[in-house]
Amino acid sequence: MAYFKVEKLVKYFGGLAAVNGVTFEVSQGEIFGLIGPNGSGKTTTFNMISGYHRPTSGRVLYKEREIHNLPTHRICKLGIGRTFQVVKPLGRMSVFDNVIAAAFSRCNAMQEAREKALKAIEFCGLSSVKDVLARSLPIAGRKRLEITRAMATGPDLLLLDETAAGLNPTELLEAIDLIRKIRDSGTTIIIIEHIMHVIMTISDRIHAINFGQTIAEGTPQEVAQNKDVIEAYLGTDYA
Amino acid sequence: MKKKLVALLVLAVLAFFPLVVKDNYYRHLMILFLMWVVIGSAWNLIAGYTGQVSFGDAAFFGSGAYAAGLLSTHLQVSAWWGLAIGGFVAVAVGLPFGWICFRMRGAYFALATLALNEVLRHAATIAEGFTGGMVGILIMPSFVSKVPYYYVALALAAFSMLSIHWVVHAKPGYYFVSIREDQDAAESLGIDTHFYKMLSLGIAAFWTGVAGALYMNYMGFIDPEVVFSLHDISIMAILVGIVGGVGTVYGPMVGAFLMVTVQELFRSGFFGLLKYLAIVTGSDALGVLAEAVTGAHVLGFGILVVVVILVLPNGIVGDWPKIRKSVFRMKTAV
Repeated sequence: MAYFKVEKLVKYFGGLAAVNGVTFEVSQGEIFGLIGPNGSGKTTTFNMISGYHRPTSGRVLYKEREIHNLPTHRICKLGIGRTFQVVKPLGRMSVFDNVIAAAFSRCNAMQEAREKALKAIEFCGLSSVKDVLARSLPIAGRKRLEITRAMATGPDLLLLDETAAGLNPTELLEAIDLIRKIRDSGTTIIIIEHIMHVIMTISDRIHAINFGQTIAEGTPQEVAQNKDVIEAYLGTDYA
Repeated sequence: MKKKLVALLVLAVLAFFPLVVKDNYYRHLMILFLMWVVIGSAWNLIAGYTGQVSFGDAAFFGSGAYAAGLLSTHLQVSAWWGLAIGGFVAVAVGLPFGWICFRMRGAYFALATLALNEVLRHAATIAEGFTGGMVGILIMPSFVSKVPYYYVALALAAFSMLSIHWVVHAKPGYYFVSIREDQDAAESLGIDTHFYKMLSLGIAAFWTGVAGALYMNYMGFIDPEVVFSLHDISIMAILVGIVGGVGTVYGPMVGAFLMVTVQELFRSGFFGLLKYLAIVTGSDALGVLAEAVTGAHVLGFGILVVVVILVLPNGIVGDWPKIRKSVFRMKTAV
């Protein structure tokens, strides 16, 4: 059985179908890329997986369990972590406190939460800014804080929403390294990304959507050569 | 360590206060101050830490006060039992209310608390058979001396601050602040935001209710206009929180001290100074001013809040480093 599965997912906002029948499966331990032009329904899909939106129809199955009707915090407890495309640092808390708050999802004692948070901070390379207020971090730091916080909740499956957007080339390489390191530590990853260099290098498989519907799925090479994908990104002239 | 020492020192000074100061007037003011420490700390937990601003603390304060008063008038039980029961009555009022309102975000909770305040005030006024309506509730005070009340108030202030200090430095505290900073992010970190908002409201309502019960016992008289008062209780609670420092453990204590002082300054026309000047100089204008000032304490509050928000947006405790820095600089300049 599939480790994680999204089945005929549909989401209407009023009369607009933001996501219209997307189906994909993710197997344990892979990096699964989700791509598509702006407004194609990627983040809406993430929001349905993590419980911020209820699907109009369709199912989300995680370890053979239906999760699309669970509240967000329950989904987190089941082991699905997520980051936000529009970063949401807990501004007036230090980086350390941000991560401690996340670590409390798996324990109740202060000491234990501190240790877990320290581990996550070290793992994600934020040690140098540990005591800085989250709102004073630059964008690269904030994106990394999103990942660190999600990792501190001890996820089995991690949803990364454009964590590489707005980074400079050096930071990009670091981000790629970090994502690989997270996968190697045993966490399955679904990643939304616009930067083709990132998504093509790290994904095992890619699922492309446009106007809320699936247009292609396969290895990065297969998807890159797909006629519909090129059309969606570059227009009919190039297809 | 240094912080603990300061806290112990303050506690020691407060413990010896009634032994040194025999004047009942100042003892009375200190009892009010301690009561406001309880209310301010409670308001600060729900509004300062959890970010759910309450405009209607009087709803919980009045519930506690009436619980104590009604116990005494209807069941002939000592109103002191109200200290325990009043807290739980306030929780019983607050939780169902929070259960409904916390589903919405934004200003709804704040507006709804304002409404709850008014609803309870009218209910207490209309239900004459049960509450005595506008006549209020009068009970015989247990003690003539103010000292026992003082120590009860001191104990409540200390316990409320301790309990809140303990809560905000543990898991719930981290969760409260996370909810204040970003509710969506909090949810994604596995925080049951609805539950933790209720928890925060529950603790806050409990202590506010206890303070209300203390008020009933101490003053011996309550009526709906006094304990469900919007500007004397609800707004005052907000001011204590803001002036002292939102989201700080010791802020409400500083805020309570300042606000009780300011309130008294205005109420007494700067301790009778204006009236005295009016008599000495024989000036009618000063006499009129003295009377106007006595009724203008709300205006004084307003001015104080404007000044605090402009100069010290994080309150006196929250901006303490800033204050110390500017004072320190002045010293080096001299």
